[in-house]
Amino acid sequence: MNLISKSAYINMGYFQPFPFLCLSERDDNMEKSKQRPEPMQALTLYKHSRCLYFQEEEKLIKKELASLKEQVASPNTTMRQMKEIMVRAIYCEMLGYQASFSYIHAIKLAQQGSVLEKRVGYLAVSLFLKETDEFLLLLVNTVLKDLQSTNLIEVCMALTVVSQMFPKDMIPAILPVVEEKLTHPKEIIRRKAVLALYKFYLIAPNQVQHIHSKFRKALCDKDPGVMTASLHIYLQLIKESPESYKDLTGSMVTILRQVVGGKLPLDFNYHSVPAPWLQIQLLRILAYLGKEDQGTSEVMYDVLEESLRRAEMNHNITYAILYECVKTIYTVHPKSQLLEKAAECIGNFVLSPKINLKYLGLKALTYVVQQDANLALPHQITIIECLDHSDVIIKRETLELLFRITNAQNVTVIVEKMLEFLRLTSDDYSTIDLVGKVAELTMNSVFSLGGDVMQPDIPNNFLRLLAEGVDSVEDRQLRLFAVDSYVSLLQGETAKLPQRFLQVISWVLGEYSYLREEDSDPGSVMRLLARLLDQRHTSTETRSWVLGAMTKLCSSPVSVALARDVCERYLSWAKSVWANIPLCVTFEILVDSSLSFLDGYVSEALAAGAAPYKSPHQRQEELVQEKALSLEPYGLSLPVSLSSCSITDRLTDRQSPTLLSMSSGLSGNSTELSHKEGSTALKLDGVKRVWGKDGYLAQQQSAGETPIPQVELPSPLLSPQSPPSQTQKPSSGPEPDQEKRQLASSLFVGLGSHNSVCLVRLPSTVCSVSIADQSNVFKALFKPFYINSCRSALHNLLDTTTVASEGGAATTTLQQTSQRTLDHTTSNGSPHVEGTEQRVEAGGPLSLIRGNDLHPAPALERPRDLPLTSHLPAELSGLARSELTTLCSDHDPSLALSACRVYKEDALVLLVFISNNTDSTLHQMALQLTCKELEVYFSDWPLTVSTGDYGKMWLSFSHDLKQNLRLVTTEHQEPLTATLDALKGKLHLHIVDVIGSEGIVACRLLQGQGQGQPCLLHCRVHADSLAVWLRSPVPELPDSLLYHCQKALTET
Amino acid sequence: MIKAILIFNNHGKPRLSKFYEHYSEDTEQQIIRETFHLVSKRDENVCNFLEGGMLIGGSENKLIYRHYATLYFVFCVDSSESELGILDLIQVFVETLDKCFENVCELDLIFHVDKVHNILAEMVMGGMVLETNMNEIITQVDAQNKMEKSETFIFQSPRQDR
Repeated sequence: MNLISKSAYINMGYFQPFPFLCLSERDDNMEKSKQRPEPMQALTLYKHSRCLYFQEEEKLIKKELASLKEQVASPNTTMRQMKEIMVRAIYCEMLGYQASFSYIHAIKLAQQGSVLEKRVGYLAVSLFLKETDEFLLLLVNTVLKDLQSTNLIEVCMALTVVSQMFPKDMIPAILPVVEEKLTHPKEIIRRKAVLALYKFYLIAPNQVQHIHSKFRKALCDKDPGVMTASLHIYLQLIKESPESYKDLTGSMVTILRQVVGGKLPLDFNYHSVPAPWLQIQLLRILAYLGKEDQGTSEVMYDVLEESLRRAEMNHNITYAILYECVKTIYTVHPKSQLLEKAAECIGNFVLSPKINLKYLGLKALTYVVQQDANLALPHQITIIECLDHSDVIIKRETLELLFRITNAQNVTVIVEKMLEFLRLTSDDYSTIDLVGKVAELTMNSVFSLGGDVMQPDIPNNFLRLLAEGVDSVEDRQLRLFAVDSYVSLLQGETAKLPQRFLQVISWVLGEYSYLREEDSDPGSVMRLLARLLDQRHTSTETRSWVLGAMTKLCSSPVSVALARDVCERYLSWAKSVWANIPLCVTFEILVDSSLSFLDGYVSEALAAGAAPYKSPHQRQEELVQEKALSLEPYGLSLPVSLSSCSITDRLTDRQSPTLLSMSSGLSGNSTELSHKEGSTALKLDGVKRVWGKDGYLAQQQSAGETPIPQVELPSPLLSPQSPPSQTQKPSSGPEPDQEKRQLASSLFVGLGSHNSVCLVRLPSTVCSVSIADQSNVFKALFKPFYINSCRSALHNLLDTTTVASEGGAATTTLQQTSQRTLDHTTSNGSPHVEGTEQRVEAGGPLSLIRGNDLHPAPALERPRDLPLTSHLPAELSGLARSELTTLCSDHDPSLALSACRVYKEDALVLLVFISNNTDSTLHQMALQLTCKELEVYFSDWPLTVSTGDYGKMWLSFSHDLKQNLRLVTTEHQEPLTATLDALKGKLHLHIVDVIGSEGIVACRLLQGQGQGQPCLLHCRVHADSLAVWLRSPVPELPDSLLYHCQKALTET
Repeated sequence: MIKAILIFNNHGKPRLSKFYEHYSEDTEQQIIRETFHLVSKRDENVCNFLEGGMLIGGSENKLIYRHYATLYFVFCVDSSESELGILDLIQVFVETLDKCFENVCELDLIFHVDKVHNILAEMVMGGMVLETNMNEIITQVDAQNKMEKSETFIFQSPRQDR
């Protein structure tokens, strides 16, 4: 190496001649640095000016390349020199300078050089050339020759180059030789051959179809290295089609067990962990195999547990295994015991001070919350902390996690957090990624779910997001995505979409519909919007948005025709609502205040003989005057309530000159119209002047203040940790902790309540506990009077409502003590229902409990049922209910407690009556309600169907059950009717029809899993028993219903 | 699969680049620049994982890097690789370099590009992890070094049978 080129060589960049390896065990070595005087001198020359340095670098490299080119061309250059040239060419290429002249020589070197030169030749080739290069064809023969060489090094080199890049169509030429290498005596060759074949599989899968059996041989190779290499193949194969490789589960489990058990030779250990990479690979394979397959999963539980146990936290690499293990456990068919341990593991990761582990912990959480969102609950505070972490990557991962647990209740907070992050980040990638997510969140399910209760700034933020981006490809894609998805939404049923969502849709469509280039029919969007306008449920505000969008779209002839039609109907109305255009939208909406864009149509219409526009009151007046003239179409198309402002019947002001001038001012920027006004007498009087030359005039202030009605978020955002008052009015200086907790509560709301926290809804209208949505029933304990007696009695009551309580499931106890004073004024003995409203802080939705009546009951022997039932709240009195059960009046004569169940359409209401049995007045009473979570797995509900529907349903249900039941015999009824009536009374089944000795009955599951699923019964009197045939789409339903029928019948 | 292995110094000068997927030359240079841009602005006390180089495949891929004194070792991998596993693989790589060059420094990478590539080839083949055992890698590399000393010697078995 001559001196000039050498200095050029090393000056390609700053460098430090110090060892860069900083291993903890090598700290002492760090002191020693190598002495390399030559480069140091060269370095100092250019050290101070980077600019100069870059120029110099280019100069030096160019010079170097020129000299290389010269040498390459020279016939005297030996192979040995050529090798040196190649190394330098490699370096230049790496720095980004083309050295294409050397390519052919690299191939030559690989073809002709000695082993060592050949190696450099191959290396150069694999770095310079790409799979598509035609030069490569020159290499095929060389590779083939080297593959068959007796020199192991040559074979290895050939295999390496083959796996790096090889022309696809040339694979058949060398495939047999590579295959042959699978049986080579040297394991390193076998190993490389396996990987080379894997590479072939990736490039051209169909060409290696026939050697799958050989892969299996490789898997069973006596050398663990070969086996490890073959796992690459199997990971891929199993990922592609897990079904075809289920039989390998046993082998994989055995291998993992052996590895974990330390059966491999010691040199496979890494930091005394046996073959960690192999373990990771195996765990991944097991995850693919066991996914959604209980049988396969069961095989691997033991070994998963074993590796979880063995992986003690001592080195980085064990965390890698643990992480993989946890992921596998959550991927395969769940086993609760393992899940617990895995969850614990995730906890350790998340809480770890090591940032890498924290990152992985969050990743693992992100992965597992998709299955069970509640797993995020224990880590609330950590997650909140991570949101403010200094590391952007951690932050992003946290947002990703939040993205997964988003529901209708916390979407506001999460989207806010995301936007916050977006504002701070400058990184393109994360912006695009997140924008997509925010878009998805806002646009799709959650938007339509929570649409109308959302704070108005969320859609605005979202729109800003769409609008703000520079016109890059990604932005266009996002916008196009939005447009497309909205169009398809509008094509469907729009009646259920929230108004605010419709507004967003209109804006987006108006703004970005032009992106739908492929759509040849520009009128389609227009038609969709027009349809939206015509729908009754579209609010005034939304209509103004829609109209805004339509004006933007009036560019094509089709749209114009449509717009004309629309504008005729909405002209007057449109004028009024322009005033309502939400000004809070910060981006520009060009408002043509005078509606000049309509002038053309108006004039055309007028020319065609249409009647000039008349304001509503004018029409009315005319109506009054002429009595006969009907302007139905106009009258009808006018929205009844024209929102807040403009067209009001200001008959008195109508004639005032100011208003007349205003009306001409209306068309200030549209001379055409004003001219026409003069000639054709378009009457605009009576229209309040809201838009002038400079835009909106008078009401700007007020419109700015209340552009969109502020929708107060109702209480669902509140959770136990944050009392309502705090959320609504944040205290002036909340402690950071408090803030975090508050944030946590808003972020994680809606997670726990569905499952672990008792969801008891207490409707405000009755003192009752309605057992609604979820599978939670409660036990109410009344203290201090009747603790024990009450509990059992009430429990019985609940039991009869086909509630199965599970003691173990009662984890969350809702305790609420409400002290209240109940006035009671009873002079004539009639009970007086009055209650003080009391807030119950419950784990579920906030609800109100209204006081029950306390009234003196004259005597115990009085007919109990009558007076009490007469106090049923009016809205419940008409509904089916159970008998009023006395819970515990015997223990304490002064107070009586009774309860009954009322079956509402969507809820089971438990009514509890507390009555004062003494004559004395009760002024105060402490009432404590303790609700425990119980699991309802079954509860029936009448299903009202006709006989015809019944027949159809009957045929469509697949799960059936037949059983004979006891008949109920009464004196005055047919046995069948009596039995069915008994069932109806007990279980509230719906008797569809009774024909002769047969009866059909229907019911549906009220709660729990499979809620709302029907079950049909066909009953037939057979000898002295009732043959029942049950059918349902749910497998367990007939069985459990039958049980309850039996129980009900034995009780009668 | 490993998509690319990049080594560059604190100034973004590439010291080694190996791509296991096909990219054009310009793209390769752009990837190096972008990766350096992403990696260099990260503090020392943040995690070693990065997501989303736009060029190298977006969200599917991630960057796993380690910073040693003057050099960044960056592995760009897809989702089928374990993050911590790769992190340790980088460590193995660096330790192997250190053994082969005795107190390896940036200069070694400059002067012995081919050797570094050869060491890497024993660890990662066609984007797949081939060998993670440092001693094995060194055995292979040593065998090749021996070959260098006696070029005419026909080499037989570089590796002792286990």
